[in-house]
Amino acid sequence: MQANSDESLIARIAQGDRLAMKVLYGRHHVRVYRFALRLTRDESVAEDLISEVFLDVWRQAGKFEGRSAVSTWLLAITRFKALSVLRRRKDAELDDETAAAIEDTSDDPEVVLEKQDTGNALRQCIAALSPEHREVIDLVYYHEKSVEEAATIMNIPENTVKTRMFYARKKLAGLLKKAGVERGWP
Amino acid sequence: MIAMTLGVGAMEPEEIEGLLPWHATGTLNPRDARRVDEALARDPQLAKQYALIQDEIAETIHVNESLGAPSSRAMQRLLAAIDGEPSRAVRRSSNVIAQIADFIVSLSPRTLAYSAAIGAIALLLQAGVIAAVVTTKTTAGYQTASSDGPSVGTRALVGFQPDSKLADISQFLDAHNASIVGGPKAGLFRIQLGERAMSKDEVDALMKELRADKIVSFAQPTQ
Repeated sequence: MQANSDESLIARIAQGDRLAMKVLYGRHHVRVYRFALRLTRDESVAEDLISEVFLDVWRQAGKFEGRSAVSTWLLAITRFKALSVLRRRKDAELDDETAAAIEDTSDDPEVVLEKQDTGNALRQCIAALSPEHREVIDLVYYHEKSVEEAATIMNIPENTVKTRMFYARKKLAGLLKKAGVERGWP
Repeated sequence: MIAMTLGVGAMEPEEIEGLLPWHATGTLNPRDARRVDEALARDPQLAKQYALIQDEIAETIHVNESLGAPSSRAMQRLLAAIDGEPSRAVRRSSNVIAQIADFIVSLSPRTLAYSAAIGAIALLLQAGVIAAVVTTKTTAGYQTASSDGPSVGTRALVGFQPDSKLADISQFLDAHNASIVGGPKAGLFRIQLGERAMSKDEVDALMKELRADKIVSFAQPTQ
């Protein structure tokens, strides 16, 4: 085992090693925060979630079996906690409103300018995706998770991951088209 | 999903298309990656879509990176929460090898480097000590059971019967607490008998005893 691999850090944390906890935190907390923030869209909630996620790691390290990467485990915990927060806030409707708002601006003069900046339009549309689609896009594109790892994090079958990713991309293309960016797919 | 003009292996065109995002991030297994590569080479539509996916990846990374980082408050909260947890006794493995492995794992790369250097020096020192010991032994020369022993005690010149066996001579020496310290010279061995000085009577009695042994042909006290 590599001296300071994530797995060895978890083993040390299981023995109560605070330094190992700090090293693991330093290594992963930004990605955990960003994943939580993308899910909850609330900075203070996302920050609170980081503490909760790593506290869970402190408590559960002894039970970690290494069947998935530590980063996958962390994101799975983050997702579970973020969804709990969202359920309490009943925030789901807000995302649809946000998406609708983006779609409605297609004739706005500012959007016409954005057509010249496909990258900017893409970023806006990515941000406007539904939580489910945003999540799978982030896991695959940003967190570089394989089909299997994404399935583990989202607790869904691998084929569902592929299907969800496909429809997320299709929805993204639809949003871009409404924003005036035609990419030729689908 | 778009239809591809050519199927690839056992996979449906839709399956290949569905794998493009993972191919672009390099998280496919080698077998699937090869299939996707082959499909990309054959199908321009698929290749075009692959280029779009690469744009999506770049902008998704941009979106996430622009989210910034959390404040130090999160870390402080975590440490405070850990302080509030029940104290956890540090578990020690009963397996010695596991303990050594744990110890090595706990070392930083710099510490390991220093340890390796110290180990190398220790090996060199050890090699030097061994070399010195060997050299000293070599200087002393090869020694047999006939080497000079303690100078105290009684010595004698002893001759053995020509047909005496080595086992008999060894038994004789053991029986008299004796050892060969010289010879053979003119068919006689110089032997040390005991480790204390003896009176003349004792020496005479001992010589008489030696001569009585059937394997001894000659026995005479000497210095």
